[in-house]
Amino acid sequence: MSNLPVLSVKNLKTGFQTESGMLLAVDDLSFDLFKGKTLGIVGESGCGKSVTSLSIMRLVPQPNGKILSGSIEFNGKNLLDLPLNQMRKIRGNQISMIFQEPMTSLNPVFSIGNQIKEVIQLHQNLSKAEAQNKAIELLKLVGIPAPEKRINDFPYQLSGGMRQRIMIAMAIACDPDVLIADEPTTALDVTIQAQILDLLRNLQSTLGMSLVLITHDLGVVAEMADDVMVMYAGQAVEYSSVKELFSNPSHPYTQGLLRSVPRISYGAIQSADKSKKRLETIPGIVPHLLNLPKGCRFQDRCQIAQDVCKKDDIPFEKLSVNSTHQTRCLFKGKGNNS
Amino acid sequence: MSEEILLSVKNLEKKFPIKGGLFSREVGAVQAVSSVSFDIKKGETLGLVGESGCGKSTLGRSILRLIEPTAGEIIFKGHSLTQMRKQDLRKLRRHMQIIFQDPYASLNPRMTVEEILSEPLDVHKVCNSKDEKLKKIYNLLDLCGLRKESVSKFPHEFSGGQRQRICIARALAVSPDFIVCDEPVSALDVSIQAQIVNLLQDLQKELRLTYLFIAHDLKVVEHISDRVAVMYLGKIVEMASAQELYHSPKHPYTQALLSAVPNLDPEHKATRIVLKGDPPSPLSPPKGCHFNPRCPIAKANCLESYPVLRNMGSHDSKVGHQASCHYA
Repeated sequence: MSNLPVLSVKNLKTGFQTESGMLLAVDDLSFDLFKGKTLGIVGESGCGKSVTSLSIMRLVPQPNGKILSGSIEFNGKNLLDLPLNQMRKIRGNQISMIFQEPMTSLNPVFSIGNQIKEVIQLHQNLSKAEAQNKAIELLKLVGIPAPEKRINDFPYQLSGGMRQRIMIAMAIACDPDVLIADEPTTALDVTIQAQILDLLRNLQSTLGMSLVLITHDLGVVAEMADDVMVMYAGQAVEYSSVKELFSNPSHPYTQGLLRSVPRISYGAIQSADKSKKRLETIPGIVPHLLNLPKGCRFQDRCQIAQDVCKKDDIPFEKLSVNSTHQTRCLFKGKGNNS
Repeated sequence: MSEEILLSVKNLEKKFPIKGGLFSREVGAVQAVSSVSFDIKKGETLGLVGESGCGKSTLGRSILRLIEPTAGEIIFKGHSLTQMRKQDLRKLRRHMQIIFQDPYASLNPRMTVEEILSEPLDVHKVCNSKDEKLKKIYNLLDLCGLRKESVSKFPHEFSGGQRQRICIARALAVSPDFIVCDEPVSALDVSIQAQIVNLLQDLQKELRLTYLFIAHDLKVVEHISDRVAVMYLGKIVEMASAQELYHSPKHPYTQALLSAVPNLDPEHKATRIVLKGDPPSPLSPPKGCHFNPRCPIAKANCLESYPVLRNMGSHDSKVGHQASCHYA
């Protein structure tokens, strides 16, 4: 593994023009993705995690959405400076993406073979027959039974899990360096989710891809990711290795998230004291992006907030000089009295 | 929790006919729910888990006769719902309510919160005067953690979690005994989920409510339920107290389901039973045990006969642990 990141996002700002002003969906976001590693991006709906991935692909909805500033370096090139025809060569070829809804991201009027071959023929100089063979190979790789027959199926003939496999086959058709998976298992049942996560992990180790895994499920992150970035209201609030994050969460929001997920105790909790047990919650709701409080964006829901939290923007700082663990909290998640 | 049985479901069945061909004759049927039986005691929460398409929502709705069951019997507070005339049923509906999954789709966008909460009160003639009604509405809002000012607002002015609170307030308006919670938290964010789960638990304690809690999230179900039933392809395959079911699941499907839940601890990656394939179509369930094509321990007789739900001889025989597997 080299120490140069494959993908390096710096000070990214993406906004949407709305009637009541510019809405900053992603505000000053920076992160690195290393070769063969998985970066998990966690956050609740509206925190900007999907807009981040769309920004990397330069697929932010036009004309209202716009990347305002920052840079996205991929193998040393700034993607934001590339002309569109070159971006098109990278998209789906070197960086590809899997979307949340396998039901709606496939075209219902083309066979799945057609849709996979489209990617291959667009980016690689292959004949029709070669593309056909490659498509069958890909279907085999993602675990579709009887791929020679299935290749002529239409999306409606496949189950949700199979459709997601087709999406993955399309995404890895050109051996991408970076695969962005935006909530790849959210629409699926747990047993199917386990299959898809297994598949992604195997493909990653055989193909050496880097993976950006966007999800709201902390369990998925714990299983898949090497590094994690937690987002809140458009900003990164914590960044660390997955082990650090779960053992030493240093932002009150991360701590709250971890506490509010019920854990399967496998019967360890006696049913008698269960009625007394309550889930810990994060009070309140996410502030509206057009009406953010001054200072820390989490202050209204935070248990350790002080007056200083309401003054200025909170810097995103390392826990210590040598640490890679960063947090956007003045108190590093620790209350003054604790 | 008392021993009094509030709701008793016996051999409930629901078939959806499939029509096709000339004169749209019936060409087949989807067996969405087949011979499901269980009791719910007063004040208890029965969790119902299963994957999409296993029939858990159909079951929940059939119990309230929002979908007419094809066969079987439902006894609620000593009344047989399945035999009842529509107008009598409507009166009894006051005592059983439902909360739906999607708080965005289950509130009329053109009604204010006051109108939404008034409707059940008017239908069942709960209040005698306007003042009494308004007082009742304020009470409900307070109970569900919403502000008084909300009465004149429209659903679009609320977040998902707040909307689900309105749905809960609406269900509580007629002071029911029994509430079917059909995936009440799956559309919500994690931090909001916890708020709603706590609210449901508090209300249960305060108002002595009985829940049928339908969900696909095994973590939430363990947290809130006293007993849990696992469904697969229209049938209950295992039922036990929550503690027992999560501690020693007997049915291979339950075992696989539990092992498939991502673990929150990155240091301990549990060994996982990954099931092959997808759930079969309820249109043509496999012969014998419905789970046999995906089952890691299936043997010859699993392809022949469907295993009946039998007692597992658990140490806690009062609650009972049932599973339908030849080899459990």
